Amino acid sequence: MEVFEVIQPGFLTTVQDRGRHGYQQYGVPVSGAMDSYALTTANLLVGNGDGAACLEMTVLGPRLRVFGDMVVAVTGADLSPTLNSSPLAMWEAVKVCSGDTISFGHPRKGCRGYLAVAGGIDVPEVMGSRSTYILSRLGGLEGRQLRSGDRLRSGRARAGMPLKKLPPQYIPEYQARNELRVVLGPQDDYFTEKGIHTFLHSEYMISVQADRMGYRLEGPPIEHKAGADIVSDGIPAGAVQVPGDGLPIILLADRQTTGGYVKVATVSTVDLPKLAQAEMGHRVRFLQISQEEAYQLLTEYERTIDALRQYIEQDR
Amino acid sequence: MIYEIPRFLAAGDRALLIEFGDAIDPELNRRGRRLQFAIQEAKLPELVETVPTYRSLLVYYEPRQASPAELRAKLEVLAGDTEDERLPEPMVTEVPTVYGGEYGPDLEFVAEHNGLLRDEVIGLHAGKVYLIYMLGFIPGFAYLGGISPRIAAPRLATPRARIPAGSVGIAGNQTGIYPTESPGGWRLIGRTPIELFHPQKEPPALLRMGNYVRFVPIPAEEFRRMKEEVEQGTYRVKETPLVREGESGGI
Repeated sequence: MEVFEVIQPGFLTTVQDRGRHGYQQYGVPVSGAMDSYALTTANLLVGNGDGAACLEMTVLGPRLRVFGDMVVAVTGADLSPTLNSSPLAMWEAVKVCSGDTISFGHPRKGCRGYLAVAGGIDVPEVMGSRSTYILSRLGGLEGRQLRSGDRLRSGRARAGMPLKKLPPQYIPEYQARNELRVVLGPQDDYFTEKGIHTFLHSEYMISVQADRMGYRLEGPPIEHKAGADIVSDGIPAGAVQVPGDGLPIILLADRQTTGGYVKVATVSTVDLPKLAQAEMGHRVRFLQISQEEAYQLLTEYERTIDALRQYIEQDR
Repeated sequence: MIYEIPRFLAAGDRALLIEFGDAIDPELNRRGRRLQFAIQEAKLPELVETVPTYRSLLVYYEPRQASPAELRAKLEVLAGDTEDERLPEPMVTEVPTVYGGEYGPDLEFVAEHNGLLRDEVIGLHAGKVYLIYMLGFIPGFAYLGGISPRIAAPRLATPRARIPAGSVGIAGNQTGIYPTESPGGWRLIGRTPIELFHPQKEPPALLRMGNYVRFVPIPAEEFRRMKEEVEQGTYRVKETPLVREGESGGI
């Protein structure tokens, strides 16, 4: 059914789900929500399955007119959400009615907000995903960001979902300084010992060149042994690529599938949401952990999500 | 060089990288293709996807299904299998191409730059088959084996803002086809009417790693006729098995 009309689209509002997996071998980037935790919790709160699509709103959120009665949830960055000019509670399921207006105002904390609707945003799946990849005009609503006048539909909502709040300890506090845990490799042996030391003991600032493709950082250059070029290989999300100038670039959702710069490390999956919410001028440091430790963190994260799902659905 | 034993490298907590060497080499590339094929055949429940490149294979997995150590153990077994026989026969995809004129505005430049006639450039470019090493850069873009050094040409100093889909270009000693309209700095020598990427097709990319491409010169009228067929969905792309080197002497 039709759920929203876009009155104002905001700065960059797109349809995103967990991404387009399985097509990188054909050169198709994964895309998907930058903050997978905020996406997942928004979907859980409204009773959606893992694969449902939400709106990802960047810094300045949209103004939407609501058609029909439905349940929504807003998570991620605090972009001052309102429902008919009164504050709209975040990180909880909220009932909205036909004729209501959901809008976003001043960005208070974080960069990317997520709006889930029960049933999920329904746009055609392209290569198994509803995520928007603007550069190649794939997925989402006609492969582009939302515009005024767009109308969005939802899938079928699950009946009988209790209106739940996320317990406070599960609501992240976004910081201006973040420690990102990294697993060294795959090409850490292309850097001098001094280079690795610089990387792990310096503070880096998020530059103006930070978007869905990746964040370019500013700080002390990381020393290569003999140049920054390799024969191209694949690029996982969170890969820290270091081109010739020695300044790291963290590659994110809309990254190209392959590239020819050396990669010193990969940011652990559970720390990527912090980065997704960090703003230009914010600082990051890198902390080395083993691949096994990163895997344990990820396993704990999955357990947390399972526990949340259980909590949200227990009175159903 | 090609490593004696493939290197297993950490690529974060959701992927493992298997490196076979550090060069652009058909044998190296075949190893990646072989392992990709073996992984697909093995139907590992933890597998999300694989990304083959010139010299490596990135394997994405689902951490709920396996730990990196468990996956690595399985991949080591699969990587030990060096039999080529089970791989599907490589195919040669014909890419009909109009050279020069409005379709290839830089053909004259490439000819002059190399002290050749237009037709000599076309003859050298269309006269061989090119191995598809990998896809990447933009959806459906194939990295092809090297062109004759006699038709190599530098990139444009200022890239063009819009290059039509199907444009065939040269950059240094590489040749490639733009699958969709995009900006770019390659020297354009021709254009093909066939579709290299279509998001609604499965798989969405026409060209496949490990297969080959042959450019076939066509006149402009043929381009327009084929283009209509492509748009109506009636065009059939020509694919033939690769006749191995020695049998044809042509590769």
